[in-house]
Amino acid sequence: MLRFNWLNATTLTLGFVFLYLPILLLIIYSFNESRLVTVWAGFSTKWYGSVFQNEDFINAAWVTVRVGVISATIATVLGTMAALMLSRAGPFLGRTLFSGMIYAPMVMPEVITGLSLLLLFVSMDFTRGFWTVTIAHITFSMCYAAVVVSARLVSFEKSYEEAAQDLGCTKFSAFMQVTLPIIAPSVAAGWLLAFTLSLDDLVIASFASGPGATTLPMKIYSQVRIGVSPEINALSTILVAVVSIGVITASLAMKRAEVKRKREEQLAFAG
Amino acid sequence: MAVTQPADLVETEEVSTQAQEGIGQKVLIAVPYVWLLVFFLAPFFIVFKMSLSDIAISIPPYTPTFDLSEGWDGLVALWNALDLENYVWLTEDDLYWKSYVSSLKVASISTLLALLIGYPIAYSMAKAPSEWRSTLVMLIILPFWTSFLIRVYAWVGILKKEGFLNYALMWLGVIDEPLTILNTNTAVYIGIVYSYLPFMVLPLYAVLEKMDGALLEAANDLGCSPIKTFWIITIPLSLPGIIAGCFLVFIPAVGEFVIPDLLGGSNTLMIGKTLWTEFFSNRDWPVASAVAVILLLLLIIPIVLFQKQQEKQMKEDG
Amino acid sequence: METIVKSNQQQVFAPWTDPQNKPLLRFENVTKKFGDFTAVDNLTLDIYEREFFALLGPSGCGKTTMMRMLAGFELPTTGRILLGDNDLKDTPPHKRPVNMMFQSYALFPHMSVEQNIAFGLKQDKRPKQEIKERVEEMLSLVQLEAFAKRKPHQLSGGQKQRVALARSLAKKPKLLLLDEPLGALDKKLREQTQFELMNIQEKLGMTFVIVTHDQEEAMTVASRIAVMDHGRIKQVATPAEIYEYPNSRYVADFLGDVNIVEGRVGVTTGETASLNWAEGQSHLAVSTKERPQSGDTAWIAVRPEKVRISKEMPEEADNCLQGEVWDIGYTGNISTYHVKLANGQMIKAQVANRQHLANRPITWEDSVYVYWEKGAGVLLQS
Repeated sequence: MLRFNWLNATTLTLGFVFLYLPILLLIIYSFNESRLVTVWAGFSTKWYGSVFQNEDFINAAWVTVRVGVISATIATVLGTMAALMLSRAGPFLGRTLFSGMIYAPMVMPEVITGLSLLLLFVSMDFTRGFWTVTIAHITFSMCYAAVVVSARLVSFEKSYEEAAQDLGCTKFSAFMQVTLPIIAPSVAAGWLLAFTLSLDDLVIASFASGPGATTLPMKIYSQVRIGVSPEINALSTILVAVVSIGVITASLAMKRAEVKRKREEQLAFAG
Repeated sequence: MAVTQPADLVETEEVSTQAQEGIGQKVLIAVPYVWLLVFFLAPFFIVFKMSLSDIAISIPPYTPTFDLSEGWDGLVALWNALDLENYVWLTEDDLYWKSYVSSLKVASISTLLALLIGYPIAYSMAKAPSEWRSTLVMLIILPFWTSFLIRVYAWVGILKKEGFLNYALMWLGVIDEPLTILNTNTAVYIGIVYSYLPFMVLPLYAVLEKMDGALLEAANDLGCSPIKTFWIITIPLSLPGIIAGCFLVFIPAVGEFVIPDLLGGSNTLMIGKTLWTEFFSNRDWPVASAVAVILLLLLIIPIVLFQKQQEKQMKEDG
Repeated sequence: METIVKSNQQQVFAPWTDPQNKPLLRFENVTKKFGDFTAVDNLTLDIYEREFFALLGPSGCGKTTMMRMLAGFELPTTGRILLGDNDLKDTPPHKRPVNMMFQSYALFPHMSVEQNIAFGLKQDKRPKQEIKERVEEMLSLVQLEAFAKRKPHQLSGGQKQRVALARSLAKKPKLLLLDEPLGALDKKLREQTQFELMNIQEKLGMTFVIVTHDQEEAMTVASRIAVMDHGRIKQVATPAEIYEYPNSRYVADFLGDVNIVEGRVGVTTGETASLNWAEGQSHLAVSTKERPQSGDTAWIAVRPEKVRISKEMPEEADNCLQGEVWDIGYTGNISTYHVKLANGQMIKAQVANRQHLANRPITWEDSVYVYWEKGAGVLLQS
């Protein structure tokens, strides 16, 4: 490759300014004293106080977290099973259909997924609410989890499982004792992805939800339609902070483990 | 060596554990499979059936409904009550086909813009010192993890008449009067490019990063200028990334709802928004379903093309 | 080549010579097909207890498939594999008294050395104390006591190899399979480890089956070698037999360097056959116990180290040919002279370099004689 030059540096700077400036402005102005969003009137945390006093927000947040944890957990289990099938099971009836159903939800417009699930719940006479949102979230996020896990399984050396079987494990216990612990970081990444997808989703939840099960994005959306408000800025900042800290911590932890491993490998090689 | 008799015992026990493993494997296949059949595939048939029904002022707000207790006659009655009326309606009212055309146009323009902005970023990332690269990738991915809704919302404050952009431009003396950007198609383009930029950058970066630097040196060595090298070596070799990135931006952009709703104006027609309005405001479920069916048909072509391209790429990569 | 190692045993170990002995392991007309591809072709083979048996062949010859069938990861398409009296067909991998050492070692990265070695014993739900003792025993066998708590990535290549060996031995399998066990080690370490493997095998009195493509490795460690090609066994014999008396050009060529001269069988007198190999040249003589048909095409194979070379015509030689030095391959300890005969045939002669380079009398384009005894060559009919 040609050398990295000032033109590249400028491009990257501008690119990252474009990506991060909007969020940054939102965060800065969440600490604005004034209700007028673009006029700086001094530092204040009063909007954070009002977010935490707003019962609607707290309730919606609680619903969102519960939906997120339950749906991410089930989606990860189902997604891991699906990933195993895709990468391990030989040909079976409807394999093409199955892999199509894994990839399709990721490219399907959310309005269609949402509408179709709603119509299903109506025709099955399900009362819409917490569980219908959870089911909807499981359905689309399991596909993401499946893709994350199967990307890991593709490079997974089959001889680990064979060695375990050779030493006396059934296929199932070889998976539980050997494969699962080794691919655990990818399964965790799959869970994290499923969780944040559930946390983010507005469109599908709007279709699948019913009275009493308003998620945080639905709440934010109904407020945002009216206009920009510092309270929403504060709430957004909290959400962005929570997710960013979670993701950055996770990836730093992984990177640190990797670096440590590399160093130990070098030591082993030298000694 | 074990004698014959215990070995026989071992064998019969074996058959049963092998059968158990067979069952285990079937469960493994069945659970996610059935889940997707019930909650992903079956709903499409219901949407299709709904698109052939009529609106009604009742709960649920459509007719006919199907009651199992009516048996075969009920099924026949249901069949007779279904018609293509909604589809005819979609062709008659120009709102719908204008929405479709406008969605495709907006998605295409946004995709092109995302490519023009994303390529230099991906290219610069690939050229960056290797110890920076994982951090740069992390920085590209991070916005993708944070809420889509919030990221779109952040632009409302920037683009509105008394927003940051106008404020900055007027302060710099570029303009005298504030520009109207929010609630126009321009705002929608900005929103889509902003939201989907990581989808463009990552596949581009993946191919550019793998590219062998010796190829460029060889081209230079053989008398090719750097700019020409870029056009005849770098661009063609990064084509798989370009194709993947464009599909990944174009496909979701066509059916986008949040961006046109928050950033677009009343004259921004996009099909996702039209469907939403039809469903939530007009409560016309059958027409909303018909819109969904047409949108799906519209998207099947690029989705299948994308799938084909990915498979081809996978084969070429080994 | 290390063909003499087995001779230090007091009694010659050769259970295959006695038809009364029952083999531990028997392949009976085993065929394995993957779609249209036949990996193993109607193969029959006996392996005896306490043998160190090598399956030798190029990649794709079916040797790995045979090993995987033994471990239970593949099932024969037709034929039977018997361990003692039992057909292994219905026994899945985890129930077979066979353990395998994988080419990649497949050490579980999330477990320590100790846990890796204990893994198989834990699956059998052995008592804790027994597992502990056995692990210690294994660690001392492979001299890794100090590394018990380490994870695999904290080990060097040679240490990993030893952990893999210890893990596969821990359950005292009836049969240990070694899939290219030394393939990932560098040459020096590999040679040293070969002897370690042999010592361990002798000490434990287990039956080892090794798969390798490295002929030197097979010759060093094995009691018998099966040379394979395209799913078939070409020859099964001891390393010395296979080297000295190959039964085909394929085997002769696969193990070591060889000169092969094609011709037609002439008269056979007593145990000496003659081969007409070129117009106007004297016949080549070769010792053989067989009675080849006069006029048949046959080949004489003679190892380069058994061919001698000189500028003067030797006074007495069973086979002597004149030619010109075409090339000299110098590898330090030996020099290989490539001598081109009148008809274009090349003959290689190897000479140990007992003197300094400058003192050697033969050089490029010299006219020389190459010669060998009739007992040095082998007559091959395929």
